[in-house]
Amino acid sequence: MNFGFTEEQEMIRSQAAEFFKQEYPIAVVRESLNDEHGFNQDLWNKMSTLGWASLVFPEEYHGAGLTFVELAVLLEQMGRALAPGAFFSTVLLGGLTILETASAEQKLKWLTSIADGKLKSTLAHIEPGGDSDAGGPSFATAKRKDNGYVLNGTKLFVPDAHSADLILCTARSSGSSIPKEGISLFAVDQTSAGLNITTLKTMDQTRRLYEVKFNQVFVPEDRLLGKVGQASPAIEKVFCKATIGRSAEMVGGAQKMLDMCVDYAKQRIQFGRPIGSFQAIQHKCADMLLSIESARSAVYAAACAASEDSHDAALLASVAKAYTNDACRFVGGETIQIHGGMGFTWEHDAHLYFKRAKADEFSFGDATYHRARVAELIGL
Amino acid sequence: MDLKRTPDERRFCEEVRAWLAANQADLNESQTYDQAENMDGWMAFLKRWQRKLYDAGWSGISWPKEYGGRGATITEELIFTEEMALAKAPNLMNVSIGIELVGPAIIHHGSEAQKKRYLPKILSAEEIWSQGFSEPDAGSDLASLRTVAVEKDDQFIVTGQKVWTSWAEYSDYCILLARTDPKAPKHKGISCFLVDMRSPGITIRPTVQITGEAEFSEVFFDGVCLPKESLLGGINEGWKVAMTILAHERGTSAIKYQIRFRTELDDLISLSKSMRRNGKALSEDPLVQQKLAQCFIDVEVLKYNIYRSVSQIMRNGKPGPESSIIKLFWSEMDRRQKEISMELLGLYSQLVQHSKWTIDDGKWPRAFLWSRAGTIYAGSSEIQRNIIAERVLGLPRSSDAR
Repeated sequence: MNFGFTEEQEMIRSQAAEFFKQEYPIAVVRESLNDEHGFNQDLWNKMSTLGWASLVFPEEYHGAGLTFVELAVLLEQMGRALAPGAFFSTVLLGGLTILETASAEQKLKWLTSIADGKLKSTLAHIEPGGDSDAGGPSFATAKRKDNGYVLNGTKLFVPDAHSADLILCTARSSGSSIPKEGISLFAVDQTSAGLNITTLKTMDQTRRLYEVKFNQVFVPEDRLLGKVGQASPAIEKVFCKATIGRSAEMVGGAQKMLDMCVDYAKQRIQFGRPIGSFQAIQHKCADMLLSIESARSAVYAAACAASEDSHDAALLASVAKAYTNDACRFVGGETIQIHGGMGFTWEHDAHLYFKRAKADEFSFGDATYHRARVAELIGL
Repeated sequence: MDLKRTPDERRFCEEVRAWLAANQADLNESQTYDQAENMDGWMAFLKRWQRKLYDAGWSGISWPKEYGGRGATITEELIFTEEMALAKAPNLMNVSIGIELVGPAIIHHGSEAQKKRYLPKILSAEEIWSQGFSEPDAGSDLASLRTVAVEKDDQFIVTGQKVWTSWAEYSDYCILLARTDPKAPKHKGISCFLVDMRSPGITIRPTVQITGEAEFSEVFFDGVCLPKESLLGGINEGWKVAMTILAHERGTSAIKYQIRFRTELDDLISLSKSMRRNGKALSEDPLVQQKLAQCFIDVEVLKYNIYRSVSQIMRNGKPGPESSIIKLFWSEMDRRQKEISMELLGLYSQLVQHSKWTIDDGKWPRAFLWSRAGTIYAGSSEIQRNIIAERVLGLPRSSDAR
């Protein structure tokens, strides 16, 4: 047992930290806020060169064959840098879903392109009035027609749909009353006729969410991923990893917030002393560090479990997300408070992290949802 | 990063389990003592038990072999501690002060002669230790302690008073902090001594706590003569020794608490299934489920915090100021969870040991009261936050605190 970084993990961490410092400084983050789709081609190309999109995929699909732990290490640095969403959507939502469900032929076609950085993807699952978890009832329908399916329905909160070449979409292919049954998964070209993508104006502008409408979208049969009507278990597995991955990003963002607070508290003079010498500020910072380090422990443990496909991966994912949600809400709030009036200005960067932390809190389940999951999984 | 045990670690774990299974009779015996009513019998049992551990090579797992330890890794020590706690083997009580605090201090700061003289007898429980740090006017501000040790001829003459000395009555030796240079800045005029508790001039007066027990004592030193060799570390270098001890007190030994918290939580979850309120089991109430799930989350997170800290110690050789995070986490968590246990028991939470209708013979209110100690001893939560802020995060010092 060794719960510290391996040399390789440490290398990924330091390489990513350095990369984002050079290639995605906060000035560039701010430029992206005004861009309608928030996709940065230059950054994408550079990340592709480093092979990050290939990290966790098998070598036969041009992957690097590393584990989910290495990916979590990378995601933590991405969260710290407020990296845009296309990487997460492509690798964790698109890539992992394809890896989990697709045929060898489909994998060769799509997974290889994802690993090469040539294809961007996302997953359209949540619907208006539907649950936000993996097993939510799907109102979107897939009806058999000719040698394919016709999709109809509306998907909400789809991340990075505009930049995704391939939109994976869940839809109900049979009218079962059991929510988790009868859901099928399709890979839809973003340019398909009848597909309508609308940007959602969000509080957090460092990522982009969309409404994706399917109006009589025809999908040929070879675009069905996995067996018809049986997508839910795979979606659940993907959501488990996405939950851990999102938590890793959140820990990175929270660490950056604390670093900003500590720097500010050392420099800001009031009553003739740096405010960081006041215990009122010191104790806030100490509690922030405790929350962040604890969230980090939980995320790493969950990442280890997920990389080994351990039976308690789902439990640890919920432990991690519940803890991290609460931790980041606390850290985000204290960050604004410690920065005082400056923290309430647009000019200061605190709000960028504060808003993202709030948005992250509700993606892949809030703390109440995950506590209920934990209760269920420990037999309460 | 790998949470799986190596083949060596698995073998080690099996060895521990086999030994514990072979000595189940002792574990059973440990359950028969009522500590409140038969403290002498309990202490005698603990000494016998530790002697047995020592003879089998289970005392001082990560200590060097030359001083009677096993010379194993800190991960193996963690596994051993986990297995002991899982088997509900008794905590070594004051004996643990010797192994967990005094031992590391002597290993880091002691002379060769001191190591040979004291370490094996700590491991075998032939000599029981207590800790003489706090004073009436030196609690959080430990460095302002006033007990003095005056050098005279070949001796140090100690005069002063210590408080909150756990198990002083049962101890043979005490690790003592005393002022040796009253003119020096307060951290720089302190020395550390290894004191024979049978020395003339020592008086012990037990302090009754809010639990009704008297685990702590006041200890008075009235012109107690110590031989020169009782000095541990250099003269006026006692603060360094104290820091070593406090880091260990806040560190990885927390794994045994973690397992106790987990066992207590499992008991509380069982209780929530059998206790009924408003016509249904408590465990069916979604609010209760949320609270118990949060307890589970915190106990799990504590475990992984400790694992990470152990991995850090493996890299750096000793616990650093980060151990304050572990201490702060578990003590605050314990307080929250014991409040929840009282809430679940409701009116029954008032019924103490031996009362009619009491639940689990009053263990919940007792644990509730004890949970108020953890955030105070070994450095209060406020002191831990100061340490984290100044020594981990590097914030400027707050006035002249500590």
